[in-house]
Amino acid sequence: MNKGLRVITFEGVTKRYPDGTVAVDNLSLDVPDGSVTVFVGPSGCGKTTSLRMINRMIDATEGRIRLDGRDVKEIEPATLRRGIGYVIQQAGLFPHRRIVDNVATVPYLLGWDKKKARARAMELLERVGLDVKLAERYPFQLSGGQQQRVGVARALAADPPVLLMDEPFSAVDPIVRMSLQDELLRLQSELHKTIVFVTHDIDEAIKLGDRVAVMRVGGRLAQLSDPATLLRDPADDFVREFLGRDRGIRRLSFIPARSVRLSPPPADLVVEDGRPVGWQSGDGLQPYGSFDPETDSLRAALDAMLLSPNGLAVAVDGHGKVLGVAARDALDAALPGAADG
Amino acid sequence: MGDEPLVRWDWIARNWDNGTPYAIKALLEDHTVMAFLPVVFGLLIALPLGLACARWRVLYQPTTGLMNVIYSLPSLALFSILLSVTGLTRTTVIIPLTLFSLAVLIPAVVDGMTSVPDHVRQSAVAMGFRPLRRLLQVELPIAVPVVLAGLRVATVSSISLVSVGALIGQGGLGYLFIDGWQRQFPTPIVVGIALVTLLALVADLALILIQRWLTPWARARRAA
Ligand SMILES: Nc1ncnc2c1ncn2[C@@H]1O[C@H](COP(=O)(O)OP(=O)(O)OP(=O)(O)O)[C@@H](O)[C@H]1O
Ligand SMILES: [Mg+2]
Repeated sequence: MNKGLRVITFEGVTKRYPDGTVAVDNLSLDVPDGSVTVFVGPSGCGKTTSLRMINRMIDATEGRIRLDGRDVKEIEPATLRRGIGYVIQQAGLFPHRRIVDNVATVPYLLGWDKKKARARAMELLERVGLDVKLAERYPFQLSGGQQQRVGVARALAADPPVLLMDEPFSAVDPIVRMSLQDELLRLQSELHKTIVFVTHDIDEAIKLGDRVAVMRVGGRLAQLSDPATLLRDPADDFVREFLGRDRGIRRLSFIPARSVRLSPPPADLVVEDGRPVGWQSGDGLQPYGSFDPETDSLRAALDAMLLSPNGLAVAVDGHGKVLGVAARDALDAALPGAADG
Repeated sequence: MGDEPLVRWDWIARNWDNGTPYAIKALLEDHTVMAFLPVVFGLLIALPLGLACARWRVLYQPTTGLMNVIYSLPSLALFSILLSVTGLTRTTVIIPLTLFSLAVLIPAVVDGMTSVPDHVRQSAVAMGFRPLRRLLQVELPIAVPVVLAGLRVATVSSISLVSVGALIGQGGLGYLFIDGWQRQFPTPIVVGIALVTLLALVADLALILIQRWLTPWARARRAA
C-alpha cells in the first residue's frame, strides 16, 4: 500500500478573494485516510475554492491545510500537485496529445521513461474500463463519457494517494453518469485512495460519499456526516431543504435487500430458461420489476414492486435467474430490523 | 499596345535565366527571400510580444494600436524614412514588411493563446506543470492552428507587398511591372502577376500542409 501524503486536515481555513468575497469561512474538517469525502452545496458555496486550496491552485487567506501533518504551504506547488490526482468537469484533456500520452502526463512530468509511462497508461485505460484501442486516438475522437474516464485514468497514473474531483461527472448524461459513479466506487474498493469529491448533486454525494460535507453559501460547513445519518438527522432547515423530498425513500438505499423474505413465484410469472419474462395477463405480457437481494438495496426492491402491475418484485440472482418474489409486506418486515443499518 | 500579343513566350524563354540580376529566375528568387524574411523576423518578434500581451492584457491594446498605425502608413512613406538610414538595399524593404507582418502576427499569437481552453490550462496547472513547461508543451502547441492561420495571411500579403520595393530597385518580381509599364510591353507584367500569384498559392499550400502535419488533432476544429 502506498505510504505517501494521506490525511487532509482543514484547520480554520478562510478564503477571501481580493474583491472581498468570502468564499470559504473558517472551515475545519478532516478527510480520513482511504475514504471518500464529498463536498456538496448550492452553486457558489465555495466547493471548488475549498478543493483548490488543497493543491494550492488557490492559497488560503487564513488557517492551515495539512496533508499528512504537513502544511501544504511548505510544499513547492508543482511537487505537491504531482502527488495529488485532479479530475475536473470538462475532463481538461490535452487536445493535442493522444489518449495514452494524456494519461501518461504526470509520469512524464515525474521523469519516468517513455516506455514505462506508456505501459502504465495502457494499464490504467483498462482499469477504468476503456478499450485500449482508444489509446492512439485524440480526445476529440472520444465521447464525453469516455473522455471523463480518461480524465480519471490520468489522475490515477502516478498512483497518487490523494484524488481531488471537481464535479467530474456533471457534464455527461444521467445514464453515463451512473456508470461512471459505479466505476469510481469499484475502483475505490480496489485502490483505497483518499478522495475529496465536489458536487452540487446531493444524490451523487449520498451515493459516493463515506462522509458528506454539506456547505452553505458564504462557505460555511452546515453538516458533516455519513450519508445515512445525514438523511436521518439533518442538522438544520437548510440541510433538510437541501436534501429535498423523499429523504425516507432515499434512506432505503442504505439498507441491503438481503433481509427481504421471498416467496415462491406464482404461476402467472412467465419464466423462460430460469429467467423472468413478464406477468401473464389476459392475452398479453405485463412488464415486471426485479432486484438482486445480494447486491441491491431496499430501494431497488421497492422500485421493482412499483414496476410490477401486481406489486410483486421478482428477486433474481447474479445470473438473472428467478429466486422468488417479494410482496409489500415482506418489505415492511425487512424495515424495522434494518432501520439502523 | 497595338497588335502586341499579351504574352510573348520567346521573351520569357530568353529572359528566364539570362545571367543578369534582372533575369526572371533571379527576380523570383529575390522576391521569395524578401517575402519570407519579414515573416520569419515577424514571427520571431511577434512570439515574445504576443505572449507578453496575452500574459499582461493591459499591453495588448497599446501594442495593437501602435501596430495598426504602422500598418496604415503608406509603404512609400516608410521607404523614404528608411532610405536615409539603410539606403537602396533589401533592408529598406524588409523592415517595413516585418512591421506590417507584426500587425497580423501579434494578434494571431494572442488569439492562439486565448484559444487554449481554460479548463485545459487549469488541468495542466493541477497536474504539476511549471509555467515554462506548460507554455512549451501545452499552451503553444494548442495555439499552433491559430498562429498558423495568421502566418498564412502574413505570408501571402508579404509576397504581394514585396513588389512595391521595385520603386527603390528592390522589389523582386515587382521589377517586371515597372519594366513592362515603361516599355508598354505586357509580357513582363503578365509574367510578374502570374509568378507572384503562383508563389502566394504555393506558400499557402505549403503552410496548409505544415498545419495538417503539425496538428492532426485539430481536424475536428477544422471540420467545425
Ligand atoms: N477569482 C475569484 N474572485 C472573486 N470571487 C471569486 C473568485 N472565484 C470564486 N469566487 C467567488 O467565491 C464563491 C465560491 O466560489 P466557488 O467557485 O468555490 O463555488 P462552487 O461552490 O464551486 O460553485 P459551483 O457549484 O457553481 O461551481 C462564489 O461566490 C464565487 O463567485
Ligand atoms: Mg465549482
